[in-house]
Amino acid sequence: MSNLRILVATKRVVDYAVKIRVNAAGSAVETANVKHSMNPFDEIGTEQAIQIKEALAKSKTGTAEVVVVSCGPAKAQETLRTALAMGADRAIHVDSEEDLQPLAVAKLLKAVVEKEKPDMVILGKQAIDDDSNQTGQMLAGLLNWPQATFASKVELGDKSMTVTREVDGGVETIKTPLPAILTTDLRLNVPRYASLPNIMKAKKKPLAKFAAADLGVDIKPRLQTLKIAEPPKRQGGKLVESVDDLVDKLKNEAKVL
Amino acid sequence: MSTPTRYRVIALYKQLSYLGREYPAGADYFHKKLKGAFMKNKDLTDPSEIQKRIDLGDYVCKEIEAMYHINKYRAMKKRYYEDAEVENIQAKLENTNWAQGSSSSATQSSPRQ
Repeated sequence: MSNLRILVATKRVVDYAVKIRVNAAGSAVETANVKHSMNPFDEIGTEQAIQIKEALAKSKTGTAEVVVVSCGPAKAQETLRTALAMGADRAIHVDSEEDLQPLAVAKLLKAVVEKEKPDMVILGKQAIDDDSNQTGQMLAGLLNWPQATFASKVELGDKSMTVTREVDGGVETIKTPLPAILTTDLRLNVPRYASLPNIMKAKKKPLAKFAAADLGVDIKPRLQTLKIAEPPKRQGGKLVESVDDLVDKLKNEAKVL
Repeated sequence: MSTPTRYRVIALYKQLSYLGREYPAGADYFHKKLKGAFMKNKDLTDPSEIQKRIDLGDYVCKEIEAMYHINKYRAMKKRYYEDAEVENIQAKLENTNWAQGSSSSATQSSPRQ
């Protein structure tokens, strides 16, 4: 009988459908009064953990506890409530008003891992606001754990997992012992939509809060944003009269030939 | 309407209302349609008719969830994954003879002639 503890890391980001704008000062993306939601890759991670739990329960070969964690300001708890409504068992909020960069988040997650002692940590491959694609890898480095990134399929074995990864030019299948880090790719699963009864139930599930400062971790940012600008506006298209005209334009104006 | 059915209808209305908040055409538009659809059927008494409407409501819930998922999936795929078709067309454009012989193309005749 295997009893797994799965830790899922989630992040509250600007909703994917929002048309973002640079703020008036030109220093960052405008996030005030803008719709936020859980990072789509983290939704896939939460869904994967819950599917593992349900598969173990269905085959009666073990149990799993799904613990979700999020590092950020008070509003990060909204993301945790969403994950609890999807089916996670309990939540941990690492509270910090500071700007947390991937290295800081990885260090905070390491402290949580040392407290919770999970058998696997699932993260989204990247957050859609900063697109760093670093936290999972850095956490694996700090913990000295194996990592399987860009997972599109996961099978659990006895104290091991076999993961199919999406890489440039194809897929790769690897096997790693547990405990290990997993980061999710888009094709891993289809996240469920939380129903209203489950959202009500989630309010009763435990949510623990730790202050980032209490975890004894250096979370000072290492990177400084110098400039943020919107991409250049798209130029209008041109109509061409003939094939010769097209070739001429491609060669002389667009300079692609 | 019996009490358990009444409860199911109200739960269905609440679930659709919750799903409709993110409706692309607008939460207000969705809410108007939702209220209209439920009000139109409020005087039904035949249990099998009521059950048919509830099943339709469940079906609409699933449709909306599927639509939300497809929209998100397509947006993520477009942003993070190179379109293989675009790459193929790019490669073909670069391999045409009028692209490759660019230094001597002034003396080459166009394909039409």
